[in-house]
Parts: sequence; C-alpha cells; structure tokens
Amino acid sequence: MNGWVNGWAETVRLFGLSGQVSQSPRIHALSPLLIEALRGPGSGSGLFDRLFTSPNNIFSPQSLPAHEIFRLSMFTLIVTGAIFVTVSSLLLYAIVRFRQRPGEADADREPPQIYGSNQIELAWTVIPILIIVVLFLSTVRVIFGIQQAPEPKQALNVQVIGHRFWWEFRYPKYGVITANELHVPVSSDPKNPLPTYLKLTTADVDHSFWVPRLAGKTDIFGGQVNTTWIQPEATGIYLGQCAQFCGIEHARMLIRVYAQSTADFQSWIANQQQTAVEDPGAAEGRVIFEQNACINCHSIAGTVANGRFGPDLTHLMSRDTIAAGTLPNTRANLEKWIKDPDAYKPGCLMPAMELSDQDVKKIASYLVTLH
Amino acid sequence: MADSIPLSGIVDLTPDEEHPRLWLQVMHDWIVTVDHKKIGLMYIAASLMFFAIGGVEVLLMRIQLAKPESKFLSPEQYNQLFTLHGTTMIFFVAMPILFGFGNYLVPLMIGARDMAFPRLNAFSFWIYLFGASLLYYSILGGKGVFGGSGIPDVGWFAYAPLTENGFSQGNGSDYWALGIFITGIGTIGTALNITATTICMRCKGMKLSRMPLYVWLMLVTSVMALAAIPPLSAAQIMLVLDRHLGAHFFDIQAGGSAVLWAHFFWIFGHPEVYILVMPAFAFANEIIPVFSRKAIFGYPAMVAASVGIAFISFTVWAHHMFTVGMGAVANTAFVLSTMVIAVPTGIKIFNWLATIWGGKIRFRVPMLFCIGFLFQFTIAGLTGIMLGVAPFNWQLHNSYFVVAHFHYVILGGIFFCLFGAFYYWFPKMTGRMMDETLGKWHFWLFVLGFHLTFDFMHIPGLLGMPREIYTYEPGHHWGIWNMIVTIGAFVQAIAVLIFVFNLVRSCFKGKLAGNDPWDAWTLEWTTTSPPPSYNFASEPTVRSRRPLWDLKHPEEPDWEYELGTENEMAAK
Repeated sequence: MNGWVNGWAETVRLFGLSGQVSQSPRIHALSPLLIEALRGPGSGSGLFDRLFTSPNNIFSPQSLPAHEIFRLSMFTLIVTGAIFVTVSSLLLYAIVRFRQRPGEADADREPPQIYGSNQIELAWTVIPILIIVVLFLSTVRVIFGIQQAPEPKQALNVQVIGHRFWWEFRYPKYGVITANELHVPVSSDPKNPLPTYLKLTTADVDHSFWVPRLAGKTDIFGGQVNTTWIQPEATGIYLGQCAQFCGIEHARMLIRVYAQSTADFQSWIANQQQTAVEDPGAAEGRVIFEQNACINCHSIAGTVANGRFGPDLTHLMSRDTIAAGTLPNTRANLEKWIKDPDAYKPGCLMPAMELSDQDVKKIASYLVTLH
Repeated sequence: MADSIPLSGIVDLTPDEEHPRLWLQVMHDWIVTVDHKKIGLMYIAASLMFFAIGGVEVLLMRIQLAKPESKFLSPEQYNQLFTLHGTTMIFFVAMPILFGFGNYLVPLMIGARDMAFPRLNAFSFWIYLFGASLLYYSILGGKGVFGGSGIPDVGWFAYAPLTENGFSQGNGSDYWALGIFITGIGTIGTALNITATTICMRCKGMKLSRMPLYVWLMLVTSVMALAAIPPLSAAQIMLVLDRHLGAHFFDIQAGGSAVLWAHFFWIFGHPEVYILVMPAFAFANEIIPVFSRKAIFGYPAMVAASVGIAFISFTVWAHHMFTVGMGAVANTAFVLSTMVIAVPTGIKIFNWLATIWGGKIRFRVPMLFCIGFLFQFTIAGLTGIMLGVAPFNWQLHNSYFVVAHFHYVILGGIFFCLFGAFYYWFPKMTGRMMDETLGKWHFWLFVLGFHLTFDFMHIPGLLGMPREIYTYEPGHHWGIWNMIVTIGAFVQAIAVLIFVFNLVRSCFKGKLAGNDPWDAWTLEWTTTSPPPSYNFASEPTVRSRRPLWDLKHPEEPDWEYELGTENEMAAK
C-alpha cells in the first residue's frame, strides 16, 4: 500500500503545481494525516496490496522525473475524471428522463423538433478550449522541466546499449562494462542531487529503456543518441524492461537498477574495475571456455576472451540474474543455460555449443569464480 | 414537392418472378457484379470472415497471457499472432467493413442508382480480397529461400529496422508489406469512388447542406483516406526496395533512419484512426436521431467538427512518438495539436447528447449499441487526453494502458456503432428484421465482456506491463488482471457467436421488414427492402435534410425551418 499512500501524498502536493521542477518536495500540511488515514491498521498485507502493488507501478515513483510525471498524471486524472463525471451524468439523466413511455397519452406523438442553437454550440466549444489551455500549460512545464534539465557536474554518466535481447551498461569515467543490472548511486540529499544521465544507443534494432518507478520510458532508435536521467531517492532494486518490440525474446529483456549508497556504489565500481579473478582451481574450465566459440561473443578482462556480441562476463558472479533477468544466477542455472539456452529463452541469440555435460560443468566451475 | 419521392405504390416495384437458378449461376452473378449493393455486401461478408479469424487469433493470445510464465504458445507463435491480429483487424476488418457499408448506403442515401465508377468499385473489392489473402498466404509461402520465420512477426506497425533482412529472415515482412500495399490500392479506389459519388451523383435538390450526415462523414473519411494511405504505401515500397534491391532507407547500419519509418507509419496511422472512427460517428448520426425521434442537433456544427477533425488529424501523428527523443519543442507542438483535436470531438459528443435531450428514446438494439458507444467513446477520448499529456505518455506508451485505450476506441467506439448499424440496416439489406431478443442478449453480453476485458486491461498498464510481450513473471502482480481480461475476451466471443447466429438465422427466418421499419427519415427507406438493382424507379427530389419527415409531417416540414434559416442568413 505504501506506494499508493506516497501517491496520495503527491496528489495533495500537486495542488501546489506552480513553480519549476522542485528539488525539495514540499509536503502539504494535510498529507501526513491523509497518509495515516489511508494506511489504516494492518497495512501492507491486505487484498488491496496484493492487487495493486507491483515493483513496476508507475504510480509509485521513487525518483525526480517520475515524481514530476506522477504529479502531472494525477492532475490530468482529476481533470479528465471531472469531465467524465459531468458528461456521463448528463447522458444518464437524458437516457432515463427522455425515454419513451408507452403508457402515456401522447406516447406516439413526435417530440418537438429542435435543430440547434449557436449559443450552446459556442459554450461547449469555449469551455473545452479553456480546459485544454490549462492542461497544455501544465504539460509544457513538465516537458521542459524534465527534458531540458541541465546536467549537473556531479552527475554520473552511463552509456546504455540495447542488444537483442539484453542490456549493456558502460561507465566511461570508470572504465567499467556490465550487463542487465545497472548500479547507480542513490540521491538521498535533495540539496545536492546526484542524478545518473543515461546515453542510450542500440547495437541492432529499436528498444526502449523503461524503469517505471524512476522515469518515463525513452526509446532507442538507431542512428541517434537519446538521453534520459534518473535520480533514485531510496536504495533498493528497481525493475523495468524493454518497452519497444524488438523481436522474438522482447519479453525477456529485463532491467534491474540497483540504487546504492555512495560508499556501496564506490566499492562496487572498485570491484568491477579489477580484471577477472584467476582461480587456479578453475583453470580447466577456463581452457575449455577459451578454446570454444564462447570468446567470440563474451569478454573476460585479463583473458583472451574479448567478444562484444554478448554480455561481459568479467564479474559475472556479481550479478543476481543471467540471460537479462530470465534466471537467478546460480551454478545450477548457469549449467542449464550453457547446455541449452533455447530451453529457457527460445530464440535468444546464444547458441547451444553442443558441449559434453562434463565440459559444461567445468565451464560453470570457471564462471562461478568470476566475482 | 415532397410527394415527388417515389414511395412504393407510385411505381410498380414487384420483383421479377424468381426462376430457380443453378448455384453456379448465382456465384457468377456475385463475382461479375458491379452493383454497389452486392459489392457492399461482399465487403461486409469478407470482413466478417476476417473478423472471425482475427478473433480466434486474439483468443489464443489471451489464453497465453491469462497466467504468468505460460507455455501455451511459443514466443514466435505469439509474436506472429499479435502481428496478424492487429494487421487483420485494422486493414482487413475495420476499414473494408466500414467502406462496405459506405458502398451500400451512400448511393441509396443520396438518391443515386449506383456509384460513380461501378467497375472501379468491383476492382477495389477484389484487389482488397487479394491483398488480404496474400498476407495469409504467408502461412504457406512465407518461409522463402532463407528458411526463416514465415508468418510476419514484427508487430502491426512493423518498426524498422526489425523488418530489414538482417533481423527478419524469410519472406514474412514481404508478405506484410505487399499484402497491405495491395489492400491499400483497393482502399484508395473506394475512397475515390465515394468522393466522386457524393460530389457528382446527388439527386435533385440535395445540396451539400442537405446531405445526410452519414454521407458527409463518408465523404470526409474518403478524402482522408486519399491523403493518408499513400505515405504508408510509399514506406512499404521503400521497405521492399531495402529488402530486395539493396536500398538503405531504414537500414541504420548503412546510414538509413529508423525514425523515418515511424514518421511514415504514423502520418498514415493517426489519420487512420479517424478514417475508422468517422464512419462510426456517421452511423451514430443516423441512428441516434431516429431512435430519439428528433432531428440531429447542430447539423452545421457536426459537419464543421468532422471537417475540423479531418484537418487536425493530419497534424497529430507524432503523439505516437513522444518517447523517440524528438526533443521538448517538438513534443510540445504535438501535445498542442493533440489536445486541440479534443475540441471538435467534444462538440460531437455534446451534440449527440443534445439530440437525445428532449426526445422520446426508443431502446431498440441499434440505439442500445449507440448509447454504449457514447459512454465508451467518452472514456476513450479521456484516456486519449491522458496519452496526449506527453510526460504521462512517457509512462503509458507501449504499455497495456495504450492497448486498452485503442481497443476502447476501436471496439467500444467503432464496433459498437457498427453492430448498431448491422441491426439498423439489416432490414434494408435483406428485407427481414434481426431478432430483437437475441440482439439484446448480444448487446448485454458484449457490454459485460467488453468492460471485463478493457476496463481491467488499463490496470496492468499502470502497473508497468509493456505490450507485445509473450509472457511475464509472477512477481509483477499482473496475473490476476490478465486472467480477468481473458475471461472477458471469451464472454465477448460468446456474444459475437450469438450475433452471427442471429445474422444468419434472420436472413431466412426474420420477420418481414417492409420499406421503413424504423419510421426513419432518409432516402434509403423510400425504396423496397432489399432495394431493386436500380435503387429508385425514378430520381427522387428532396427539399430538406429529412425528406421522409417532410412527407410524414406535412404540418411542420423541415424545409420550412431550413428556408427560415436561409432567409435569416440572407437578411444578414
């Protein structure tokens, strides 16, 4: 329920719709009361929660652009809701009031014919125009607030490359390359925001980067670099997925964003900057890996593997999932995946290499050393 | 003057004696016909067949999506099904069925004996049927020499470069491009025909300002189709050039542009929405007044709003592209045009409301469907405004919210009017009434199924579920909503089965209708049901927008009112 309660707090705040994109949220005096009232006893486990809570809920924003969008969305919902109530009550009234009543004396007489009225036509032209002007102006403010937001100096830059059917993330400042799981620092201090700017490109067809609780989606079209930004306020994992149909496994092109405290983020970066762990115990598996076509597509820093078509495996075991969120990253799953990727992600571009069970096991033993 | 309309009895309209004919002779008659009514009926029949096919496709998809991680369909099959479903429903069902009704009704409503170009008319129909069959032939022939996937699996808007050789092996994308391209030729032919017919073939006295609103809106639709189809056809030819002659229009590796395809597609695609919705508005414009027993409120405003929508609809296409990275200024411009189009649309809703206001509503099946349309189209318009708010769109775009929105428009708006039109004009087309009780079952079950499906479909969209995914994980809490949506889809399927049963049964067993079963006011109700091949024994003359009203109510004819306003204008 918390997402929706936070949502209500935002709705209350929305009535202070004036002003530019605000870095420090001003919570209306009423909202704490409202939140308490809505939480009620035993919140967090009710039916309502099970139905309406989702890690991808667009109405549960946790990042500045998503907040701005949410506020505007609520305003739009209120305006359109009011229009709906007005029009549908008029319609209902008319249908009930002006139905033919067969019992009446003049039931068969035609009603008076009214052909129109210029004054009325003018009224229902002008009123919608006024509504639209208000809606348009509030929309424009948010468009420019988000799309033209100046990039602060301290912002983190990440290159996002969409592949069929996985995500590549590059941190040019740190020389780090990873896949499917994007780590960013949390921006907990509103006075000193720490946004992450994402430069989006594609390796093949169109994709779209969408993590609903952090920001709206931004498409990735070949031949142009699109930019978007996120600014998560709380640590945690935010889920998303590709939102532009990109082929057979479009449904299994998931995104996980890890918002971490600055210290955790820096230690993650420091680990990612290392070359691959060399565990002599896994040397056999490494040889099999390097002597097969694995290295044509995958990179492992510090080895001969420098392929670029598939995810970088240098720190594979620092990730929670494999195959773009398809499976949890466990040794058993790695073995199954290497043996026959098509069984879990039919149509994905990684082929089954026709390896013996023994070789698969050895490769998996090597891969699980890549922390 | 008004009595110059040839009602039956004035001219002997007894049909020729029926001779028993061979089945082959009957077939031959239909195949070589250039009669606008027969062609219209063939359009409707072919579209209904494709409607059944598209319906089965969607039921399969709904079974797959009913629960998370379902293995009912393979990803490839699912992707093929939604491509076929979207393409079929838009190009082979909605457009031809609406033009089919237009074909049947426009000449009758303007007192003409046929369309302006009867042979072009027949050509348009057969080329449409050929194009549609070509797409479905991909099931057999699509594998091609590459041995890739056969049936197109690129989505109905087929975004490049997914359709390029590198990503779409086999001939699926070729069948998609060429099938629709050929269907487009038929659409252009029919649009041209309806435009010429309304401009040149109106009977005596039928000035443009006296044309029934149905005909006005079909004229507007046709002109829009003439302008909207060519960009799509051009893009499809460019795609085929890319795929077979090494051109690089959409090939990003060689400097082509993926966004170019999106622009081409949507500059067709958005007017297309209005090409579909105008004929639906047109049905409502005829049905609502007749069953409210009142003249349409604000005829000139209705015409102006339709023409206004037609113009503005060509300036809004990039609201399908708020997320492609056009920049703040371009986004703002398209937000503005998108919101402006809500004004004439609102005018229409209000005018229908005012038509009902003060009337004596008869709740027959056609009117029930139109009332459903009024509520549902209002909701569809309002979710449209939400999608027009660009930042909201960044969240909603390509989610199930959008899928719910456009099905609200197409099914809740257009198809509700279309079902109303079936019940309303069936008596004219066959001479028999459709069964009222079955019709009410159809209506209520369809309303129930529609709302189960599409009201609840908005919710997974808000919870972040993207469209065109063949499966999803349990953790997102999308499962329960998708189950409800699937149940609703099957309720709708049952309702449609009742409709089809009613349709077929009524052809043989329906009550005899007579010329004018609804006590209506436009010219098609003056001739017999079904009309003779020449429609009218002699050319009718009209003095107002409702010639039959004038005839039935000589004490207060419409032409008196219209004369009054004309004099008023002249005095000013």
